[in-house]
Amino acid sequence: MKFRTFAAFVGPSIFLMLLFIAAPLVSVFLQSFQITQPVVETQQIETCTPGFLTQTCVTETKTVPILDEFGKIVTTTEWVGFLSYQRVLQLDRVSEAISSGQIGDILQIDFWKALRFTLTFTLITLPLVIGVGLAIAVAVNNAAKSLRGQIIFISLLPFIITPVIGSLSIYWLFVGDGIITSLMERWSGQDIAMFAQAWTIELLMLFYRVWHVAPFAFVIFYAGLQTVNQDTLESAIIDGASRWERLRYVVIPHLMPLIIFIALIHLMDAYRVFEEIVGFRSQAHVISLQWLTYDFLEPDDAGNRAISRASASAMLTMIGIVFLLVPLLRRTWRDHKGSTH
Amino acid sequence: MSTPKALRQPLSLRIGSAAFLIFWCLLAAFPIFWIGVMSFKVPVDAFAPNPLDVIFGPETRARGKGLSILDIVVGLVVLWWASRIAMRQLPKLVEKYSPFGLVALGWIVAALAFGVAFVVVFFGILPPVMGFLNNITGPLGVTVLGLTTEHYVAVWVENEFWRNFMNSLIVTTGVVTISLTVGTLAGYGLARSGSNIAFWILIIALIFRALPHSVLVAGYLPVFVNSAEILRPILGESAPTLYGKPFAVIAVLVSINQPFTIWMLRSFFQNIPTDLDEAARVDGCTHFQAFRWVIMPVMWPGVITTGLFSFLLAYNDFLVTSLLLDAQNQTMVPSIVGYFNRETTTTDQVEAVAAAVSITAPLFLLVMVFQRQIVSGLTAGAVKG
Repeated sequence: MKFRTFAAFVGPSIFLMLLFIAAPLVSVFLQSFQITQPVVETQQIETCTPGFLTQTCVTETKTVPILDEFGKIVTTTEWVGFLSYQRVLQLDRVSEAISSGQIGDILQIDFWKALRFTLTFTLITLPLVIGVGLAIAVAVNNAAKSLRGQIIFISLLPFIITPVIGSLSIYWLFVGDGIITSLMERWSGQDIAMFAQAWTIELLMLFYRVWHVAPFAFVIFYAGLQTVNQDTLESAIIDGASRWERLRYVVIPHLMPLIIFIALIHLMDAYRVFEEIVGFRSQAHVISLQWLTYDFLEPDDAGNRAISRASASAMLTMIGIVFLLVPLLRRTWRDHKGSTH
Repeated sequence: MSTPKALRQPLSLRIGSAAFLIFWCLLAAFPIFWIGVMSFKVPVDAFAPNPLDVIFGPETRARGKGLSILDIVVGLVVLWWASRIAMRQLPKLVEKYSPFGLVALGWIVAALAFGVAFVVVFFGILPPVMGFLNNITGPLGVTVLGLTTEHYVAVWVENEFWRNFMNSLIVTTGVVTISLTVGTLAGYGLARSGSNIAFWILIIALIFRALPHSVLVAGYLPVFVNSAEILRPILGESAPTLYGKPFAVIAVLVSINQPFTIWMLRSFFQNIPTDLDEAARVDGCTHFQAFRWVIMPVMWPGVITTGLFSFLLAYNDFLVTSLLLDAQNQTMVPSIVGYFNRETTTTDQVEAVAAAVSITAPLFLLVMVFQRQIVSGLTAGAVKG
């Protein structure tokens, strides 16, 4: 294919990605070093209220935003260096916590709290998703052929459901008067509030994520199991390998590329954990990195969006992505080299 | 063919495996099933401590709203007939009456007609008929299962959820059509070019796939809010404010979706032998003609699968739509947050459940119809590429 035809085919897609992915990235990077504020002036304002004999007058100095001829607020944009990053990271409070020996206080700061949760969430769900997915795949492979279609249908439901709705459906089971909470209360005889402390919320979030992603792993492993070399399995049986050994030394090595694939996709997606926070309404106890950026972008009570701090926290989130992707990219690059030479 | 003795599984293993599968199926379906049940009960029943009370709804029954055994039997029969017509008769009718080359259009018309007919029969004709039958059949006509649709009526009619539904429809249709048009072109180009540029484009797309969406939205927001001023020098007075506009959100979702779309379509295109293009080229087609008239007709399974995943992305999105659309143009998923803020009484809570079920129902239908395509889409990325 000539380069010009190739460019004509790929052009629209590249244009969209440059305009809506690459350009925003650059602008976020620049915004994170800028702060846009309304220009304000201080005015002496005398307010008088009628009183007996004389008026009561109070003179106040107020800061008032300057308006331009269209009645819009005039804003200025300044370069502020790492100020926004400092506001997000709050390094002075971190060093204070370290010097006073109270390391736990670091986790009171939003960014570090979000980072801690995002990382533990990603790392704990990863083996669970792969393990549960593999277990379901092996069990379905073992089930009667006529039932497999129905089982796959049911298994796809948690995967296909809107993440916010999925987490809400779990939330409603465990909310104060939810059915499972009532059952647990009856068994244990004490009052249980699943959404009053961080660790129970985190447990439910882990459960939700595994419930939501395991079907994806299952479908891929199930497809992989259909291509296991039967001859190798047979020779393993002749060599006296037990069921477990066959799984461990024949099936799992065969599935290894798929395990790596799922691990990568899952790392990318779990690092972006966000919908659980919305569905479980856990912002008071548990937050994630992406939720932090989202929260800065939401208008506050005065209707302002903290764009600079959002950009700074977005750039900090990106650092994690880089760590995640470098090994993957090196591997792909090596494969590509290997395939062309 | 009988299994050799060495491969036969011990009973304990088979029971264990079956038990695990049953447990998983219950676990997978239970939360979704349960919100479905809750949405049809009055609040007292929906949040009753006894599971049987939630299922049978004594309070709902006490208000005279419910189904008798006869209702359930007739309802199931009608449902069964409807599904049989959908599976057996409908495809034949579509094939017979849709004009040549417009089979897709025929399917859309058929699906709409079927949907409308089903709603009319099931919700329009059946209730009065059953009301009459229940009166004359005695014990069979006594309500046993509490069931009320008042929350759905409240959500869809009083809270105007249909507006959100229309907005979702606009956004998802836009996203699916544009991202498939742009994506098939790019996917074909990438699959047929072995050059280094194609490789690098795919790698960069992979990096873009990993980006958190909030990072990108942080880039869009200031530009979209001020776009009227920014674009005025170019477009003059008609420059639009992109914030809150569905078409801007469509463009954003299409782009965010592009990396995934081109990877998936590329892997589908790679499965189509190059001989096909070459034959067409020998016969005097240009690359584009070969793509349009020779490759696309055999690509439909891949296009449908990719379209499904584009649909899911647009439909399920919360982050982008909640930040870039104003309340007036809000789609279904973000609008459910409005119920949280209002959620003061249990009635509001059950209405939120009903809204959640309304959002899930189309997805449920989607899996029923397209299960095979979804499975093939999931495996296309992993097994082949």
